[in-house]
Amino acid sequence: MSVIVVEVMPKAELLDPQGKAVARALGRLGQTQFSAVRVGKRFEITVDGPADAAALAAVTELADSVLSNSVIEDVVGIHVVESVAAAAAVN
Amino acid sequence: MRIGVVTFPGSLDDRDAQRAIRLAGAEPVALWHGEHDLHGVDALVLPGGFSYGDYLRAGAIASLSPIMAEVIDAANGGMPVLGICNGFQMLTEAHLLEGGLIRNEAGRFICRDQQLRIENSTSDWTTGFTANQEITIPLKNGEGSFMASSETLERLEGEGRIVARYIGVNPNGSLGDIAGVTNARGNVVGLMPHPEHAVEAGFGPDTAQAMSSGVDGLTFFTSVIARALVNA
Repeated sequence: MSVIVVEVMPKAELLDPQGKAVARALGRLGQTQFSAVRVGKRFEITVDGPADAAALAAVTELADSVLSNSVIEDVVGIHVVESVAAAAAVN
Repeated sequence: MRIGVVTFPGSLDDRDAQRAIRLAGAEPVALWHGEHDLHGVDALVLPGGFSYGDYLRAGAIASLSPIMAEVIDAANGGMPVLGICNGFQMLTEAHLLEGGLIRNEAGRFICRDQQLRIENSTSDWTTGFTANQEITIPLKNGEGSFMASSETLERLEGEGRIVARYIGVNPNGSLGDIAGVTNARGNVVGLMPHPEHAVEAGFGPDTAQAMSSGVDGLTFFTSVIARALVNA
C-alpha cells in the first residue's frame, strides 16, 4: 500500500489568524527570531495497490475539488510515500 | 408556503429556523441531510451550526451531503435558498455562492448583536426591506471573514449582489464589510449573521424602545413568503 500526501496552505495573500496566534505564542516563549508562522494541512491518503498515474490523477483532482477551496487555499504539494510509517519517518 | 430546513450532523439553529418560519406565517418542513428528498418544499434554509465539527473546512463536508445534490438542482432551478452562518459556508463550498469564509481576523469567536445595512432589497429573501435599511440581528461565528478575489469582489459590488454589510464595526475582517451576498438570480442568499434569532419580541436584540424586542430578522422570512404569493 502506498500513501499519497497532499499539502494545503491558506493563500499567501490572506491573513492566517491561526498562524498569527501560534507566532505570538512562540514570541512569549522567548523565540523572537521567528517573525511569522502559517498553518496549513497535510492529508495522507492510503491507496489500495500502487500509487500509479491513475491514483495520482484522482488525488490531484480531489485535492482541488474537495481537499482545498481555491478561493481561500492553495494545494502546495502532492507526493507519494511508501506507507504512513514512511511518511512519518521522512519527517 | 412550505419552507424546508435541512438538519446536518452538527446543525444547531435548525429548530430556531423552523420557529422563525412558523412565526413568519409559513409551514416549516424538517429535512434530513442523508436523504435525496426535498419533500416538495417551496424554499429552503440551510441553518447555522458546526456541521461535521467544521472538519476539513467549515461547511465543506456538509456541502457533499446526499441532499445537497437536490439543493443544488433546486437552487439552479430558481428555488429560494437561504444559508445562515454555517449554511452560508455550505453555499460557498457548494459553489452556489461566490467567495469563501475564513477565520475571524482577531482569531476570536464573536457573539454580539450586529448592526447591518441591507443593500440589496430585490433578492428573494430581502424584498421586505427598504433600500439601505439598517437592522440589528445577532452575529455568532468563528469563521465569518468573507474573502473573494478582487475580480469576484468587483463583480459582486458592480452587480449589486452585496445583500448586507456590517455597519458600526466590522466584526471579523470581512472584505468590504460584507455580511451577506446573493447569486446573480437573487434566489440564493448567504448571511453570516442570524435573522432567525430576531423574530419574536422578548427574545431578540435590544432596541431603543425595549429590551430584547428586536424582530428585524423576521423580514427575511416574510420577504420570501410575499415573493411566493406574488409568483403564485
